[in-house]
Amino acid sequence: MATGLINANPIVYERKERRVRDSPIDTDEYAEEPIDQLEIFDHVRDIKDPEHPYSLEELKVVTEDSIEVNNKQSHVRVTFTPTVEHCSMATIIGLCLRVKLMRSLPPRYKVDIRVAPGTHATEAAVNKQLNDKERVAAALENPNLVEMVDECLAPTFE
Amino acid sequence: MLASCSGDKTVRIWEQRPSGSWACKAILEDTHNRTVRSCAWSPDGKLLATASFDATTAIWEHVGGDYDCIATLEGHENEVKSVSWSASGSLLATCGRDKSVWIWEMQPGNEFECVSVLQGHTQDVKMVQWHPFYDVLVSVSYDNTIKVWAEEGDSDDWHCVRTLGEANSGHSSTVWALSFDSRGDRMVTCSDDLTLKIWDTSNDPSQTVGDNDRPWSHLCTLSGYHDRTVFSVHWSREGVIASGAADDAIRLFVESKDYSVDGLSYRMLLKKEKAHDMDVNSVQWSPKEPRLLASASDDGTIKIWELIEVSQ
Repeated sequence: MATGLINANPIVYERKERRVRDSPIDTDEYAEEPIDQLEIFDHVRDIKDPEHPYSLEELKVVTEDSIEVNNKQSHVRVTFTPTVEHCSMATIIGLCLRVKLMRSLPPRYKVDIRVAPGTHATEAAVNKQLNDKERVAAALENPNLVEMVDECLAPTFE
Repeated sequence: MLASCSGDKTVRIWEQRPSGSWACKAILEDTHNRTVRSCAWSPDGKLLATASFDATTAIWEHVGGDYDCIATLEGHENEVKSVSWSASGSLLATCGRDKSVWIWEMQPGNEFECVSVLQGHTQDVKMVQWHPFYDVLVSVSYDNTIKVWAEEGDSDDWHCVRTLGEANSGHSSTVWALSFDSRGDRMVTCSDDLTLKIWDTSNDPSQTVGDNDRPWSHLCTLSGYHDRTVFSVHWSREGVIASGAADDAIRLFVESKDYSVDGLSYRMLLKKEKAHDMDVNSVQWSPKEPRLLASASDDGTIKIWELIEVSQ
């Protein structure tokens, strides 16, 4: 890792135990199962931090409670907490969250990504950029950025 | 005839058959190597300009059923986001992520010369559109403002004659698009702040001098109708405003005859929920048939709609 880490000594938290979903046998297997908080959390918890060998869950960047789901309106909102309030990695973390959910959820889902209120120095600017889909699309045509994102999304945990 | 552009780097030309159905007549590919963000026909319909994230704008000519790329306009540092022809067809404007607006002049022999690079926006410029009659250009931006550009006298010197920002009852977030009404005396803009705004554009701002003329001012705001970002807005020749938004819906608005205290008001004529399966990125009325509307979406489809009746 290059010199000058943004946050040299992040606090690392314990990972939550994986809950196994109950799969009731007698239900209609073709029935559409609503997507819940835990399912979204399972999609994003193992995303790797861009500069540390820890997951976003271990750094408490995302928690299950930071995820809101409205199935009826096909709407998901993820509120993440950067490890330090000047974290220049905030947009790349947000981009990773967006890409992971774009790849994992049915296309009808509207995803909003934002930093937790009061946890980042340039909160409004970061939120605006992460939710401008044109800029996100342009960013994802940049091979260097995509490589960075893919590295964070690579399944290195379990 | 309809042109569509896409993240798949192509432009497709669609034509209506006598039976009424639409067919893809041509695919313009291998010229842009990134997303084609915007396209525009020249006023005489002979040329098509396409703006791409690859930092270039291409000009295509329709020759004997085929489309040839006759010019490539280079100069923007990165993504070009919009392109627009002036009413006379002699000027072309482009804008992009490098915060600049470029004005190009068409020369004999398919040469395009850059006549001005306009700086002023502090962020990504999302769209440019010429006034339907005057050589006056409007740009809208991620910096939340609308800028009006005109030539200074006869000097060929383009400059910003008006900035419509939050202080002028303007938008509080990204302005995505704009459209003029058929007479050019009103303009509608749409934004990430979930509103549409109507502006008085009846003065030619290149002819007014001094602040007292108050060229181009806010008339009214349509709020409370949209739940997510409004990406596109277009004014039909019959005066119907269509909007396309990130909530998958298309809405139509008309001027309300019941004048409010403030003078002017608009009402929603129709809301088409689930017009598409995903975000509606563009809505565009047919210039020939004023009740025919085309819409394009993230779901990869283009839909053609007909407005059957405008109830009063």
